[in-house]
Amino acid sequence: MKRLKDAVVAGVRGLFLTIFALVGSIVLFVFSVLSIAFILLGIGVFTTPAVLMLLRSYANTYRGLAGSWSGVTIPHAYRPFPPDLRGGVTGQVERCSLMLKDPATWRDLQWLLVNMTVAPVVAVLAPSLVLYMVYGWVLAAGVWKPIYEAGGGEWFAFIHVTSQDTADQAALLGTGFFILAVFVNPALVHGHFLLARACLSPTARMRERALARRVDRLTETRHDAVDNSAAELRRIERDLHDGAQARLVAVGMDLGTIEAMIETNPAKAKELIVKARQNSGEALTELRDLVRGIHPPVLAERGLGDAVKALALRLPLPTEVDVELPGRAEAPVESAAYFAVSESLTNAIKHSGADRVWVDMHHADGMLRIAVTDNGKGGAVAGAGSGLSGIERRLGTFDGVLAVSSPAGGPTMVTMEIPCVLS
Amino acid sequence: MRVVLAEDLFLLRDGLVRMLEAFDFEIAAAVESGPELAKALEELQPDVAVVDVRLPPSHTDEGLQCALAARRARPGLPVLVLSQHVEQLYARELLADGNGGVGYLLKDRVFDAAQFVDAVRRVAAGGTAMDPQVIQQLLSRRSAADEPLGALTPREREVLELMAQGRSNAAIAAQLVVTERAIAKHTSNIFGKLDLAVSDDDNRRVLAVLAYLDQGR
Repeated sequence: MKRLKDAVVAGVRGLFLTIFALVGSIVLFVFSVLSIAFILLGIGVFTTPAVLMLLRSYANTYRGLAGSWSGVTIPHAYRPFPPDLRGGVTGQVERCSLMLKDPATWRDLQWLLVNMTVAPVVAVLAPSLVLYMVYGWVLAAGVWKPIYEAGGGEWFAFIHVTSQDTADQAALLGTGFFILAVFVNPALVHGHFLLARACLSPTARMRERALARRVDRLTETRHDAVDNSAAELRRIERDLHDGAQARLVAVGMDLGTIEAMIETNPAKAKELIVKARQNSGEALTELRDLVRGIHPPVLAERGLGDAVKALALRLPLPTEVDVELPGRAEAPVESAAYFAVSESLTNAIKHSGADRVWVDMHHADGMLRIAVTDNGKGGAVAGAGSGLSGIERRLGTFDGVLAVSSPAGGPTMVTMEIPCVLS
Repeated sequence: MRVVLAEDLFLLRDGLVRMLEAFDFEIAAAVESGPELAKALEELQPDVAVVDVRLPPSHTDEGLQCALAARRARPGLPVLVLSQHVEQLYARELLADGNGGVGYLLKDRVFDAAQFVDAVRRVAAGGTAMDPQVIQQLLSRRSAADEPLGALTPREREVLELMAQGRSNAAIAAQLVVTERAIAKHTSNIFGKLDLAVSDDDNRRVLAVLAYLDQGR
C-alpha cells in the first residue's frame, strides 16, 4: 500500500518537476544569455545580477526539493559578497563582476542546459507510467472503437488497437506499466535529482577554494575571540583590583583599628564598625555587578529565555519578550547570544528614542534566531565603529550573523542567527 | 519558632544558624542541598523556611524551585528566599500565588541582624519582605513611563518604597522617625493618588502595591 502511494506521489512530483524544469530552465537560460550579452551595451550590468540572483534562488529551490523529496543533498558554493559592497551604480557593477567571476554561476548555467533536455525526460516517465494505464483502460472500455472507425490506427506502445481483443491487451499492458511504476517511480524522481546534483554540486576545485575562504574566516574570528577575551580579562582584573579588593583591604584595616580601640574608645570603634559594614556591603555590590558582566546569574540558573526576560524587567522601557526555545544551547553560545541581545537593547534605549521594544527568540532548522525590534527613529548602521560591529564579532566566533534593518524614520530591527543545537 | 534553613556554603549556614539562635529561633534543620530541603520541608513542617536560591546538586535555581513546590503542596508555607542577586523575575514567581508569607532578600541583608530577623518574623507571620533593590527597580521603571508616581511627594515615595517591602505603618514610622499617624496620612494619600483600594491587611497592602507597580507592562 505504501509502495502504491509512493508511486502515485512520485508520479505527481515527476509531472511537476517536468514542467518546473522545462519552463524554469528555458526562461532563465534565455534571460541569462541575453542579459550577459547586453553587458556590452551597458544594460546587462544592471539586469545580470538580478537574473543571476533569480537563477540562484531557482537552483536553491531545486536543492530544497531534492532534499525533502528524495533525500539528495546538493551543496552550494556561491561566494559570499564582501560586507563592504558599495551601493548605487558602482556597487551594481561590482556585484555583476563578482557574480560573473564566480565559477558557481557558470555551473548553474550549464545545469540549466541539462535541466531543459535530459532531466525532464527522466522525470516525465514517472507520471507517464501511471497515466498510460488509465489510457489503456479507457481504450478497453470501448473508446477504441470510434477512434478505429474514424480511420485512426491507434497504437498503444507496440500494440495496434483494432479490436476489443487488442484493446484488452492494451489495458493489460497499461496495468503492466503501472506495476513497473510502483517499483521504479521513486527511483525516477531520485534520478532526476541525481542529475541535478551531478551538475550543481561544487567541483573539487571550488570546494578547495571554499575551504580556503573558510579557513581565512576562522582565523579572523579566532583572532577576534582571543582579543576580546584578553580585553575582558584585563577589565575584570582592573575592576577587582580597584573595587572589591580595595574595599576588603579597607575592611581589614578598620577591623585592626577596631581591635585596638574597642576597649579604649568604644564610641569610635562602633563608628568604624558601621564603616566596615558599609565597605563590605559595597564590595559585595561591586562583585555582583562584575559577575553579572561575566556570566549573568539568571543565565546560569535558567538559560537564555529567562535571562533575557529578567533583563527586560530591568530596562526602563516596556519590553515584550517572546521566547520559544525547547531546550538550552551550549553555555558559550547562550552567553554570546545573551550579550548580543543585551547590547542591542542598550543601543535601542540609548540611540533610538523608542518607547517600546520587542524581543523574539526561537530555534528552527538548527538556527537560533533572535530579533530585537524597536519603534524608534531608525537610521542605525552596521559596520566599522558602531556598537553593532562589536555584536557582529561576538556572534562571528560561533559562525553567527547579524543583520540590521533600520530605515530613517524607523523602525529598527536587529536580527541575529547562530547555528547551534539545543539539548 | 521552628526554622528550616538551606544554604550550601558552610560558613554562611553556620553564621545564619548562630544568628537565628541568638534571636531565639529553633533550628529544626540546616541542610545544604535541594533534595534534603524538600525532605525537611515535608517532614518537619517548620514555621518558616529560609532558603538560598542556588543549591546543589544542580547549582541552578534549585532552592527557589523547592520553595515554590513546597508552597504548592502547602499553600501559604512561609518562605524567605535569599540570593546573591535579586531579580524581579524570581520575585514575581514567589508572589504569583497571592498567598503571602514570602520574602526575597539579598544575602547582604543579613549584615543588619535586627532588620533581617524582623524580615524572617514578618514572613513567618504571613507578611512579605521584598528586597529594596527589587522595589527600587520597579519604582524607577514606573516613574520613567508613568505619571501617577510622579504625583507623589518625595516623602510619599519613601513611604511607598518601605510599604512595598512589606513594612507595617509602625515600622515605617520608626524608620523615618515620624509618628504613626503621619504615616497613616501618607499612606492614604498614596492610595488615593495611585487609585488603590484601601485595606487593613498588611499583606494585601503589599500585594496591591506590587500589582499596581506591575501593571501596564
